[in-house]
Amino acid sequence: MSNAAQPLFDLTPTDEQRMNRDTMQRFAAAEMRSQAKIADEADTTPVDFYAGTAALGLAMLPIPEPLGGAGMSHSPTSNALIMEDLAHGDLALALGAVSPLAFVNTLLDQGSDAQRELYLPPFCSDQFLAATTALLEPRATFEPTRLSTRATANAAGYTLSGTKTMVPLGLDAQLIMVIAQLEDQGPAAFLVEGTPQGMRREPESHMGLRTLQLATLTFEETQLPASALLGGGDFNLQRFLDLSRIGICALAVGTCQAILDYVTPYVNERQAFGEPISHRQSVAFMVADIAIELEAMRLMTWRAASRAEQGLDFHEQSYLAKLFCAEHAMRIATDGVQLLGGHGFCREHPVEMWYRNLRAIAILDGVASV
Amino acid sequence: MINLELSAQHQETYNNLRLVAEHMMRPYSRKYDSEEHSTPVEMAEVAKLLDGGAAGAATEKSSADSVRNGANLLAVTAYEAFCWGDVGLLLSMPGRGLGNAAINAVGTPEQVQEFGKTYAAMCITEPGTGSDSANISTTAVLDGEEWVLNGEKIYVTAGGRCDTLVVWATLDKSQGKAAIKSFIVKKGTPGCEVTRLERKMGIRASDTAAISFSDCRIPRKNLLGSEEVASDEEGRKKAFGGVMQTFDNTRPPVAAMAIGVARAALDMTREILGREDVTLDFATKPCNSSAVQAELYKMEAEWEGAKLLVQKAAWMADNKLPNSMEASMCKAKAGRMGNYVTLRCVELCQSLGYSENDLLEKFARDSKIIDIFEGTQQIQQLIVARRVLGKSSSELK
Repeated sequence: MSNAAQPLFDLTPTDEQRMNRDTMQRFAAAEMRSQAKIADEADTTPVDFYAGTAALGLAMLPIPEPLGGAGMSHSPTSNALIMEDLAHGDLALALGAVSPLAFVNTLLDQGSDAQRELYLPPFCSDQFLAATTALLEPRATFEPTRLSTRATANAAGYTLSGTKTMVPLGLDAQLIMVIAQLEDQGPAAFLVEGTPQGMRREPESHMGLRTLQLATLTFEETQLPASALLGGGDFNLQRFLDLSRIGICALAVGTCQAILDYVTPYVNERQAFGEPISHRQSVAFMVADIAIELEAMRLMTWRAASRAEQGLDFHEQSYLAKLFCAEHAMRIATDGVQLLGGHGFCREHPVEMWYRNLRAIAILDGVASV
Repeated sequence: MINLELSAQHQETYNNLRLVAEHMMRPYSRKYDSEEHSTPVEMAEVAKLLDGGAAGAATEKSSADSVRNGANLLAVTAYEAFCWGDVGLLLSMPGRGLGNAAINAVGTPEQVQEFGKTYAAMCITEPGTGSDSANISTTAVLDGEEWVLNGEKIYVTAGGRCDTLVVWATLDKSQGKAAIKSFIVKKGTPGCEVTRLERKMGIRASDTAAISFSDCRIPRKNLLGSEEVASDEEGRKKAFGGVMQTFDNTRPPVAAMAIGVARAALDMTREILGREDVTLDFATKPCNSSAVQAELYKMEAEWEGAKLLVQKAAWMADNKLPNSMEASMCKAKAGRMGNYVTLRCVELCQSLGYSENDLLEKFARDSKIIDIFEGTQQIQQLIVARRVLGKSSSELK
């Protein structure tokens, strides 16, 4: 945060953010774009890719130095920029890569000191530690404030029952933050290690995000220790959702930028009726509208992130950003395919994958806390 | 540091001007909508208040770095606040015409001294020439130490009530864009005549005039900019580019008008629906909300996105960053958002929205022009597309 008492309207990233962006952008271009389509078509989780992201040290950035981390101040804006830049490489891989960071961010934001000391140091090694968040439940009218997954207090701690869906890295994650309704109390988050008795993991198959290893996690009277309850039960579900919505928006922004960057040279090169198709207003205006709505998506995301960072209320801003990004990201992805015509429908080009992946923006919640 | 909040000073300005809009503009909204072509004399008071510094100081500079929040951000902030009050009445504020912006932007010190404080309107559009403003037919011929103007101008905002006109005319139509110059004409000059006031769907408080020039003679020194017609391609491009650049500065404030009127419609709609127990918690997912709530969320989101685009374009201008594309982006987005939001608000409030008992129907009529003047939606898309695609105006027509 700046020391200025009354900051001015400003869209300039800090020097640190600029350097960080540079690193992320180079990584996205070199390591993600090429792998994304191969893994998507092979329908596999690129384990080596995720292992390779450990070199970026994403999860350790905000962890305090005494716990082994880099000790950068926890910055929702910087986190949003990281997610935007990685998603320019690929949405699914970016979401998997930042899944541990999102876990760490929530732990830093709402965990107890004891939980931070216990769970954060393992993130500060050169190994990728798969950690994730489980919020969604398999219902058409799912609403994060109306959870079916239940936790009940008992002498040994809590028992957990219910089904979670679309959990990123859900098969491999060794640390899982499960959001559940704590009986007689309200929404709460539980830290689940490994695969305790009564917990099942099953792979899922979706229209997109096929390299994210989305999984169903089922809990049947799963016993958790008392220490598993995040922050001793003081869980602020709305704040958790709002911070995560900023991350999901940032991922949408990065992906849509990739679409704009892809279709621009395509429509300039593709010839029809003796000239580039970009010389036709119906094509050119579609590209213009992608650029316009994308910039609005970005500014709304940045505003919500910056308000969170400055300690201002950001609830309405993150809600509206998520709504706007969900709607316009899908529009942009649809137009991206349309601009390539039949070629866009075929898997030789990445636009069909972006279309399938971006359908998830409206559905995802809770998985990308900044 | 990335921060998309207004500075404390600009926020205070906004709050103050919203009070002005509420108490000195809104009470006259219906009156001047019904009495088209009668002068809203009450706006002179508002203008006086502004001259007294009610809008606050223009520029703030952070001490830590060189970021500026200046006249452009202030302008979009002020326009938004005023247009929450009334778009037509803002356009009827004496001494604040589009011509004033042009004179102050490119006039010589003498021209600014003589005409800067008058009420100056802008004459660009002609009966046969709208968006393709490079194609105008009004002529200016030098005769001794005078320019002689001939032609017809339409859609001159404040053309009836202003004291001064800034007129686009060509020195030689065969030379195209490069020969188009702007001239300052005092109202009352022989040969310059207001021939008609338009009757319009909205912004009826604002007069829109047709003005004819027949052998209208003005002093040679009343030309804005250079008399030279550039001969090489580079210079020709630059000459008209200079004229068009005015729009980079005026498009964000005009876009801000849509932000203001859409905010007014949303505020009123949420109040009316609130009386019938429709409220928003910004928590329930849109697909689990009622249709009317989902639509309100969507409109709030569209409003926010458009507003931030406007602020970005203005911020770029304040910080001397080239913003031609961003100025068009914000005008395109705000123009269509304002139109969509105000019309939808009428629909959501049903008979209450459609009725003249309240102002929602008026907002819906007023908003349409903002997607047309200062460059239509389609012209803005064209400009953005050319920039994004790297195309010239001859390639992407």
